[in-house]
Amino acid sequence: MSTDLAVIGAGPAGLAASLAASARGVRVTLIDAGEQAGGQFYRQPAAGLGARRPQELHHQWRTWERLRDGLAASSVRHLTDHHVWCVEQPQARQAGFTVHALRGPLQEEPATVRADAVLLATGGYEKVLPFPGWTLPGVVTAGGAQAMLKGGLVVAGRTAVVAGTGPLLLPVATGLAAAGVEVAALVESAGPRGFVRHLPALAAKLPEAAGYAARLLRNRVPVMAGHTVVEAHGDDHLEAATVAALDPGGRVRPGTHRRIPCDTLAVGHGMLPHTDLAEALGCRLDGVNVHVDDEQRTDVPGVWAAGESTGIGGAALALAEGHIAGRSIAARLRGTAPDPRAWAAADRSRTRLRDFFAAVDSVCAPPTHWTEQVTDDTVVCRCEEVRAGAVREAVDELGAGDLRTVKLLTRAGMGWCQGRVCGPAVAGLAGCDPTPARRPFARPVPLGVLARAGHPTGTDHLTEADHPTEEGPS
Amino acid sequence: MAGAACALYAARAGLDVTVVDRGPVAGGTTGAGEGNLLVSDKEPGPELELALLSNRLWADLAEDVGEAIEYEAKGGVVVASSEHGLAALTDLVAAQRAAGVVAEQVPADRLHDLEPHLAPGLAGGVHYPQDSQVMPTLAAAHILRASGARLLTGRTVTEVLRTADGAVRGVRTGHGDIHAPAVVNAAGTWGGEVAALAGVSLPVLPRRGFVLVTEPLPRRVRHKVYAADYVADVASDSAALQTSPVVEGTAAGPVLIGASRERVGFDRSFSLPVVRALAAGAVRLFPFLEEVRAMRTYAGFRPYMPDHLPAIGPDPRVPGLLHACGHEGAGIGLATGTGRLIAQVLGGKAPELDLAPFRPDRFEEEAA
Repeated sequence: MSTDLAVIGAGPAGLAASLAASARGVRVTLIDAGEQAGGQFYRQPAAGLGARRPQELHHQWRTWERLRDGLAASSVRHLTDHHVWCVEQPQARQAGFTVHALRGPLQEEPATVRADAVLLATGGYEKVLPFPGWTLPGVVTAGGAQAMLKGGLVVAGRTAVVAGTGPLLLPVATGLAAAGVEVAALVESAGPRGFVRHLPALAAKLPEAAGYAARLLRNRVPVMAGHTVVEAHGDDHLEAATVAALDPGGRVRPGTHRRIPCDTLAVGHGMLPHTDLAEALGCRLDGVNVHVDDEQRTDVPGVWAAGESTGIGGAALALAEGHIAGRSIAARLRGTAPDPRAWAAADRSRTRLRDFFAAVDSVCAPPTHWTEQVTDDTVVCRCEEVRAGAVREAVDELGAGDLRTVKLLTRAGMGWCQGRVCGPAVAGLAGCDPTPARRPFARPVPLGVLARAGHPTGTDHLTEADHPTEEGPS
Repeated sequence: MAGAACALYAARAGLDVTVVDRGPVAGGTTGAGEGNLLVSDKEPGPELELALLSNRLWADLAEDVGEAIEYEAKGGVVVASSEHGLAALTDLVAAQRAAGVVAEQVPADRLHDLEPHLAPGLAGGVHYPQDSQVMPTLAAAHILRASGARLLTGRTVTEVLRTADGAVRGVRTGHGDIHAPAVVNAAGTWGGEVAALAGVSLPVLPRRGFVLVTEPLPRRVRHKVYAADYVADVASDSAALQTSPVVEGTAAGPVLIGASRERVGFDRSFSLPVVRALAAGAVRLFPFLEEVRAMRTYAGFRPYMPDHLPAIGPDPRVPGLLHACGHEGAGIGLATGTGRLIAQVLGGKAPELDLAPFRPDRFEEEAA
């Protein structure tokens, strides 16, 4: 299967890019793991559930309808249930990139797409920092709670506390309240002062924030700014959460602890970009984000990136970036330089939204001293069941100084999620930079599939050239 | 790893030891290795003697820290897929036995007693009970801790300090000087750079290797298992890609799959063709791996020297400078013996192996 452009990810960025490029004559293949387009932001209830009014859970429903209808009317080929594990650079004697994906309920059927250009619109994932009790059933991620609301229409519990930091907490709290859950508290670690300091940049979204505030008020959700969850309690299920106030230095104030009974605790500490595919392609990163230029090009020729993978900024920014990327790709594939004036409007919203999220980033940071609440017996890496004490020992007594060595000494980050969940927590506990781990496989891949990956015939037997020469083991 | 072992044996010999590394513990090739302690892959000669000494020392160390470093004396199984390969293997075994290696030939119909999940149709193999494994990062960290040596990580050596008559008197780092009458260069693949700081050349080159790591499994691969046909194809000096299937289970559950060799400098970028060849080789040896998922892969750089032997011992060109690097892919296994020999030299004793084949200046003569 070959195409001009392979877009990886059918969220806002990938959809906007696909439509912009396709409208300009580019043959586009849109590849996504989901069964329907929309990504996380426009997550749709499964058709079988017969949801009558899914728009109740979404804002910007009109934008979604436009994207959905645009996709249906376009010539974009949309591959659902395709889990991309690697994008391969052009090899000698073969033109273009090869996108390797897995299909099927067990994700073990190989599928490949050849493309002259690739857009990485791989989105982001939630960052959650550990605290004592966070592994109890009933503690969920904020995004997880929202995904349940949007996708399954299942209400997580009866009494919820929403906690952490970042703009995602607002729709989660209001969404739960609207679904009939009693939201006992919205616990945001950022204090009101930070918001005031960044008011000019944040003003861009004031109407939206005011809307959330009104909904919180209407549902009588108590908002606790400058507070943090210090512990979740319960034997085999969550029964309560203890929250406490933070001082301006980001430490818990003694004597401010309060126990709030709840059966659901939705926690989130912001988002991180998915950059595995970009890194395996050799794309440069800026910190944790894929580096792009004004046209959304990465530094690897033929590879563009848009949306959360280039920096967390929400759906509207992803749409703007995707649109610009799609138009740039259309021009570049024709061998011409695009005229940036053609996307001036998208460029303006890109600038405004990037400023906004830079301000959000500096306001909505986790408490500076969050690790002080993490006891030695708190599990940090859930896949490998590594506790905080082991991470501290690796640093204090065994000479680890970076994430990789901590991982090798403790196994934190070696499990199924490959450190996506625990990476920021381990870095915080170890006192080192949260450098992105190299993950050449964006998801686990069966060795049999890997052994045949990239062969033109797909499942053909190995050719003579692939029989390795034999040599010693070490 | 080599530095940690030098520190351990030097400290045991009563010396005051400081270990300096520009990164964390095991931040170089050690952290990218599989932790092989092998005698099976070595032909009779100085490297095999060093491997046999090292093997005994590892077993001694394991009495104290064996569990912490995931030491497993699990043995190696070398299999031949053809009669031709088996014949070459049989010749090698005879020579290895004469040199003190324990090796037991296994006919084709008995191979599955040792490894029930091996592919059918192999010509035969050899069981090497001395082959062992450690988790290399844990080994380096715990052996350093056991040594009691002062550990300075995150400090780059920028200069080797010399006296007026040229002898070593310490090193300069970004965080100050460290004075010592002896400096051991255990910088592995970067050993040539440290040697250059002391004004001597040491031709250590990187030889890239990828390792594939699977999801954790119940133990289905019991030994270290690899293909023998390499015996007919002597140790290569080629820069081009070579891969051979090497498969082993680990204490923690994942199966490790090697081994590739390429001379491509310090290029860390991912290469799908290389890991594809590794996966194909592993599936040929163990068909059940077809369905098993690879979780990750990573590259490391073996410190390769032109004659495939390490540089161990005092450098006659600079009094006070010793080298303990260039072990190619056998650095974890050979570390203990290397450390013991270095400590013997530092303590003024006669080393228990002849260091002549490992002389650090041996390439200078060739060049001259």
